Formats: sequence, structure tokens, C-alpha cells
Amino acid sequence: MTQPVLDVQGLRVEFPTRHGTLTAVDDISLTIGRGEILGVVGESGAGKSMTGMAILGLLEPPGRIAAGKILLSGDRIDTLTEQQLQAVRGRRIGAIFQDPLTSLNPLFKVGDQLVETIRLHTPMTRAQARARAIELMQEVGIPAVEERIDNYPHQFSGGMRQRIVIALALCAEPELIIADEPTTALDVSIQAQITALLKRLCRERGTAVMLVTHDMGVIAETADRVAVMYAGRLAELGTVENVVRRPQHPYTVGLMGSIPSLRRDETELQMIPGAMPRLNSIPPGCAFNPRCAQAGPKCSRDIPRIHGEGAACWLALEGATA
Amino acid sequence: MTRPILEVDALERRFDVSAPWLNRLLEGKPRRTLRAVDGVDFDILPGQTLALVGESGCGKSTIAKLVTGLHAPSDGKIRFNGDPTKMQMIFQDPFASLNPRWRVGRIVAEPLRTLFPETTDVQAEARVGELLKTVGLSPADAAKYPHEFSGGQRQRISIARALAGEPEFLVCDEPTSALDVSVQAQVLNLMKRLQRDMGLTYLFISHDLSVVRHMADVIAVMYLGRIAEIQPTADLFANPLHPYTRMLLDTIPDLEAPKRDRAPMGGEVPSPVSPPSGCTFHPRCPLAFDRCKRELPKRTPDVHDRRVACFAAAEGKTDV
Repeated sequence: MTQPVLDVQGLRVEFPTRHGTLTAVDDISLTIGRGEILGVVGESGAGKSMTGMAILGLLEPPGRIAAGKILLSGDRIDTLTEQQLQAVRGRRIGAIFQDPLTSLNPLFKVGDQLVETIRLHTPMTRAQARARAIELMQEVGIPAVEERIDNYPHQFSGGMRQRIVIALALCAEPELIIADEPTTALDVSIQAQITALLKRLCRERGTAVMLVTHDMGVIAETADRVAVMYAGRLAELGTVENVVRRPQHPYTVGLMGSIPSLRRDETELQMIPGAMPRLNSIPPGCAFNPRCAQAGPKCSRDIPRIHGEGAACWLALEGATA
Repeated sequence: MTRPILEVDALERRFDVSAPWLNRLLEGKPRRTLRAVDGVDFDILPGQTLALVGESGCGKSTIAKLVTGLHAPSDGKIRFNGDPTKMQMIFQDPFASLNPRWRVGRIVAEPLRTLFPETTDVQAEARVGELLKTVGLSPADAAKYPHEFSGGQRQRISIARALAGEPEFLVCDEPTSALDVSVQAQVLNLMKRLQRDMGLTYLFISHDLSVVRHMADVIAVMYLGRIAEIQPTADLFANPLHPYTRMLLDTIPDLEAPKRDRAPMGGEVPSPVSPPSGCTFHPRCPLAFDRCKRELPKRTPDVHDRRVACFAAAEGKTDV
């Protein structure tokens, strides 16, 4: 078997507070291979962004990795010092965040920001770096690059800004890109352009991408495999076809049913009663059991866990006897 | 024939976005106006839902503000054939639209106190409890503050507040776009049930075509301040007439059959301050020809019964 680019094993992120320790990410295991896009989907507060931040080593204190391992092409990165991490971030892992306006410095020309990032990670001269910046901007589809390289971020539209953020993430040819809601702030027609771009780059360069989003539609069109998160835990992990068409976990089933369909005419949308629990009141057993119509006695006692593809649900793990 | 409850005719709203006077004087900058809404007309029949869809900057929220009187129109007419006190609004952000220092009971009772000043405290309390039950909350929630609720619950409070004035007509500006999908489903189902039970009319504004398909009887697709196409929902999805609508429909991910290698729509929405000449969609339109660059297409009775503003559609060309 080839070595995955990203290998997360039993990751646990905790936030110590005055009222006890909160577990924001609870025993997550996943892998991403070369040229693969893994979608991480879940509702707000499910821990999907926190997982991305933990991999980037950008957890805000007092948040900390309490257990587990993060391996990047076989190298452990969760135990690195801040200084060592800085050599990994940007160079080996690129990041794309939701709001392209806050990811760019408004006081510097976009070209200078690209040149600075390229020179930080590679031994290029200023002129070489500028040529590379032009190449990258062309690659992400910015028209009239020679003129636009000396523009400031505010002179670009939202979609163009996000392309520049992607160019920045590509500067050092990273092995892995973590894209956290990269299309959420954009209009639908621009959204499609950006996901198409991400897909093309990932395919051409063999970059592994972790695509964090709440939008099942974006996942269905972009990702190869999907991880569904609920209350900090993995609910289901599998190929896009399986998770979208044949979801196993009752939460995934409910989530898929609550999206208005473009084909079927429903008078009522499927609903999941209630809401996701807050981190300080996660019920014992399966975190979804109070909202689950099929929950049995075991569901409120033991936590179902998966460390590979499958559904973290006693019904799926043990058949209908749970 | 039923008389529409809302008639909007040649509605226009311009905003002055000129540089300050001194800059205009010193730097010779011209006065600039932004036409946020530019000649829009539509009717809504009682008990129906009309949806306005479009991308950011197309003027849909400005129309909501014009209809509710938060902005005055620059030109054109809005006729509301009903009691103006029976119009209410639900806003997008359930965090910004509820006063954080008021208890829920006071928030929901506010329209009661304003519109029916003779209501006694006991009556108001009973009515608030009833309204909270209608939207799926508990009467005991009246004593809580907004921060104690989740986004979906807050949007239910907004709906309860809107219902307190016993409205006939609700303007809903992106009521679910700040919510997670499973919560969105709860709120959309609630809104449909209320419409059925109370005979409400909705002007529903959204950027999400799949939500709009679920909610609306009639859909108006907007582009840069104008209505590109307006059709009953089933017709719009079965037979979209405007190239922009076709491209929009193409960009929505379809979960049942993901188009994994589709070609996305090219270009971006131009700035509304300096829109393109003629049909404002022509730079992105695969069907555009000379006339589209010069003339502005209008919706006319002889072209698909006033359903579309497009020269290509008028000539029977629809394939993108």
C-alpha cells in the first residue's frame, strides 16, 4: 500500500475551561492519499474546522491536541515545536480559508504578497519569484495578469480574491491543502468556478486536499471520499457515491433528506428533530441517540466508533440488534 | 380573477454613490448613481409565494426594503391591496434582528403593543405563549433572552414576532441562509405549514434555487437590478427561457446525479455602478449577438407571454 499524504490517527482536541474539559474533536481517524480530495462535512459546531486547525497546528490556546497522531507523508507533525511547524505550514501544507478578504493583507499589492510567500519557502531571487507569481496567477485563472499583479486586494472581486488565496497556498507546491469553506462566501456561479479549479489543480499536481464545508452539494461534486462529523466525532466515512446515495448513519440519512431536492416534489422536507448537542452536554453513548428514531438501549450506553470506512452506528456495526 | 395582493410596477431605486462634493470639485470626478432596482414589475396573488432569486448585488434585498417601506422608491409604483399594518418582515440574520437585551416575551409582544394598544398584559402574555407554541417553542421560553437560543430557534422567534401582528403578507429576506441544512428544513416546513393554516402570502428572497423550488409558486430570476425571467416554478425548472437561468440551474449541484466534470459558468457579475450596455448579461451570454450589445430587452406579451427579457429567446433560440 502506498503511504497516505495525511494520516490522522485517533485525534482528540480538548479545551480546558473553568467548568471542565470540553472535547471538540473526539477520536477522529482519517487518511488522504495523493491527488485525493477528502470532504469533511458537518453542521456548525461539529468540529470540522477544528480538525483542520489541529492539522495546521493553529489551535487557539487553551485548545490542545490531547491524544492521537498526525502524520504528513509519514512524518509526525503534531509533536513539532512552533518553529519547526512554521517550516511545515505554507511549505508542506497550504491553507485556504473562507473569507478571501481577511486572508490577504489589504495594504500590500497581491504580487508582492505572492513574491514574499514564494521567497520565504524557496531560494528564488526577486525576479524569479515574480515570474513564478505570474505563472501561478495564470494557473488559477486570473485574466490580464501582467496588469493585475500590481493591484491591491480590494481591486479584485470576491471570486478573483479567492483565486489569489489559492495561488498563495500553491506557492511552495505543498503536499496537502486544507481548504476550510473556500466557497461559502461566494455566489453560486463563482462557487462552481472555484471548485472546478481546486479539482483541476489537485488532479494535475497530485496534491491531497481536505475540503471542509457544510455544503453537501459542493462535496458531491468535488470530493472523492467524505467524512461526516457530528458533535466532534466521525459519524460516517466512505466514498462520495456511498455516503451521498446510500448513507448508513441515521444522521447522514436525515441530513441528506433535509436538503430540498431538485427532482422530487416534496410537500414537507425530512426533518431531524432537535439540534446538535453543545460540547458541554454531549449525551452518553452515541451523541446522536436522543434525536435518532432507531436508537436502542446500547446507543445510550456505549460510543460507536469507526477507524476506517463505515458508519459509527450500532445498527450498522452490529445489525438490527443494537 | 383574483386581485393581486401586491402589484409592483416599473419600480426603480437609485443610490447616489458619487465621491464627496469636494473630491468631485477638485478631481473632476463625475456624479455616479447605482441603479439597484431598475424597472421591475411583478404581482403576487393572495396565499401564494413569489420568490426573487439572484446573486449578490442583483437588487433582491433592495426590493424587500422598498416593498416594506424601509426605502422609498426613486420611481415606479408599489400598490399593496391590503391593510398596510398587516405586512411583516423576517430578516436573514437571527442574531442581529433580535434585541439582545429584551426577553423573548417582550420581543414577540412588540407588534401587539404597537398595532393593538388596547391589549392588556394578561392577554398579551397568553397570545405570546400561543405564538411560541405555534412556532414550536414553549411558552416558558418567553422569560429567556435571545442568547439562550440557537440560530434556528431564534429564527422561530423572529417568525413568532412577525405573526404577532396577524399579518397577511410576509416579506422574508433570506430567512434560512444563516442556518444549517437540518435546521433550515425545520424552518421551511414551519413556514409552509403557517402559510397553509393562515393563508399567508410570501415574498421570499433567496439565492438558493433548490430552496426556492421547494417554497415558491412563482419565481423571478434577477440580474443586475432587472427581472431576467419570471415563470411559475414548475415551468421555470422544466423550461428555463433565459440563458442566465439555464446557467444558474446548471451550477446547482445535484445530489442525485452529481455533474462531476461540468464546465462552470464563465465570468462574474459586473459592477452595478457601470453595467454593460444593452442587455447587461451579454458579456457572459453564449447566445449574445449584436442587438444584445445595443438594446435593452424587455418582457413583452408576444415573447413567451411576458415571461422573459431576452432577444435570443424572442427569436426562439434557447440552447446554451
